[in-house]
Amino acid sequence: MKLHEYQAREIFARYGVPLPRGELAYTSQEAYEIASRLGVPVMVKAQVLLGGRGKAGGVKSASNPQAAREMASQILEMSIKGLAVEKVLVVEAVEIEKELYLGVVVDRALCAPVMIASSEGGVEIEEVARVMPERLAKITVDPFLSLRDYQARQLALEIGLGKETVAEWIAIAQGLYRAFVECDASLAEINPLALTREGRLVAIDTKMVLDDNALFRHGDLEALRDLTEEELREREARGQGLSYVKLEGEIGCLVNGAGLAMATMDVIKLYGGEPANFLDVGGGARAEQVAVALRILLSDEKVKAVLINIFGGITRCDEVARGILEALRQVRVEVPTVVRLAGTNEKEGRRLLAHADIETVSTLIEAAQRAVEVAKGG
Amino acid sequence: MSILVDKNTRLLVQGITGREGGFHTRRMIGYGTNVVGGVTPGKGGAEAYGLPVFDAMKEAVAITGANTSIIYVPAPFAPDALYEAADSGVALIVCITEGIPILDMMRVKRQLDISGVRLIGPNSPGVITPGECKVGIMPGDIHTPGSVGVVSRSGTLTYEVVNELTLRGLGQSTVVGIGGDPILGSNLVDILRLFEADSATEMVVLIGEIGGSDEERAAEFITHHMTKPAVSFVAGRSAPPGKRMGHAGAIISGGRGTAGEKIRAFEEVGLPVARHPSEVAELVAKTVTK
Repeated sequence: MKLHEYQAREIFARYGVPLPRGELAYTSQEAYEIASRLGVPVMVKAQVLLGGRGKAGGVKSASNPQAAREMASQILEMSIKGLAVEKVLVVEAVEIEKELYLGVVVDRALCAPVMIASSEGGVEIEEVARVMPERLAKITVDPFLSLRDYQARQLALEIGLGKETVAEWIAIAQGLYRAFVECDASLAEINPLALTREGRLVAIDTKMVLDDNALFRHGDLEALRDLTEEELREREARGQGLSYVKLEGEIGCLVNGAGLAMATMDVIKLYGGEPANFLDVGGGARAEQVAVALRILLSDEKVKAVLINIFGGITRCDEVARGILEALRQVRVEVPTVVRLAGTNEKEGRRLLAHADIETVSTLIEAAQRAVEVAKGG
Repeated sequence: MSILVDKNTRLLVQGITGREGGFHTRRMIGYGTNVVGGVTPGKGGAEAYGLPVFDAMKEAVAITGANTSIIYVPAPFAPDALYEAADSGVALIVCITEGIPILDMMRVKRQLDISGVRLIGPNSPGVITPGECKVGIMPGDIHTPGSVGVVSRSGTLTYEVVNELTLRGLGQSTVVGIGGDPILGSNLVDILRLFEADSATEMVVLIGEIGGSDEERAAEFITHHMTKPAVSFVAGRSAPPGKRMGHAGAIISGGRGTAGEKIRAFEEVGLPVARHPSEVAELVAKTVTK
């Protein structure tokens, strides 16, 4: 689960990370009031769960409260990559001497947290890694030992931080690491971490991604989920224990298992179609799950055809077929539907469906070809 | 021979009295797996499916002589079950549980590395050596004994591929689902190394998916350390960036971990990559007749 900048800011603040003063505004009037209270030039920053908001014009400076109101009203009317901006962060503008980077990520290959620092902040760290890998410094943290001061000091030395700033740097690194661990994050990042004219460090932009699997023990963090920014169907699917991702195509997919669901999308694309979604209905493909899944994917009006692809294993194909029939009794499907059943008791399963006048095919390729055809009105 | 599990496997089921654990215990026994008991804290002394239930792993191992454990414990309690298994004397742990927090798994992994116990999973469908032993949740009857080793990050997609192999008469030495999580006990290379050393395995099928860089390291390993032929499939060519595709580990992040990168890595080392799942069996058949 991605957090907004303002949410990550609040968390980092609790761990002693120095931040510019500021508040969240939902209206231009609120932005005006915040800027007045701060009494200094401010930055007005769109709060959306997407990268690239700066390039899209979602971050603007304002030298006085009137300008802040003007900028906020412009930004609050914007939509960035299709998402309407509903709130802005108004923070004091900082005079930046140099932009640094500090972040903690999960390194999947090392199976450990890795802290990354760079003298090149303010751009995407992946870009730095690609273009100037020598400007990156990394240390692997032992998850039992946690971050040691010497490791943070080592990073500071490697990116050429001045001696007078190292103690402050270590405190920030420790705070960031503790926030990462105590919130069960998969990413905690300060980019840029600014070195100011006065030689202080300040976290200008903050980013945090939480581990969805750990939210069960963080009720307070789960409550930070921004429901206005979550795709409606994805939210509903999540509530039903299904895994659904909305895509842009016209063929709705209903598959058991994540790997097979991805492969099904790939084959649709291979044969000239576009999948409307990713949907893993779960290994057993029970009737009630299939019904819920059908409702969700059919609520996408772009869907012109449905492809159901089930591999029957422990739950045999005949049981799966009965489940599909039951689901189709509950949900009215008005677009052509192709069912592909394979695995244990495949013939029996397909016979049951054929009896109910449901088109079945035996291979994934046939299924994809047929779905692409019927989606085009064939 | 085969890898990881065989007729000498003596299996304990952690979470045997749970719904999932019970359901699959019956099926593993039905397949012929030598299940020797189960562990559920607080239910020691009871019996389940004709097997003794213990309160703790150490006692269970001491009495049954078990060498392998399978875990069906719900995610919040699974890390403790993993630590307990690692401390009990079994040499192999298979973890079916999905949804274990990443931070817990990083610690578990570190502890397992120290203790030298092998883990398959979590979020794994398990391991099967056809005709001998099934430690997992996969449908046993689609498998058939043979010489193709299969390693995969997926569940049903693997069944799909195995089913086609079986229908073409291409049996399997062992099929290993390493799991769909970002932090895993064993990665693709760990299993490739075992297949390379296994006399019963003549070739390998590798099924990857988006997320991480395990496939890229597997490609490296295949060029430098493998003599046996291999073929592959990578799921998720059409997956969008930044979205988790079901598995916790299946996500393109920061533009990395795409199917394209992985396919390129395989092709660069001359590994055939199937365009769709059924082409895997075709590629295997071609390799066998060569």
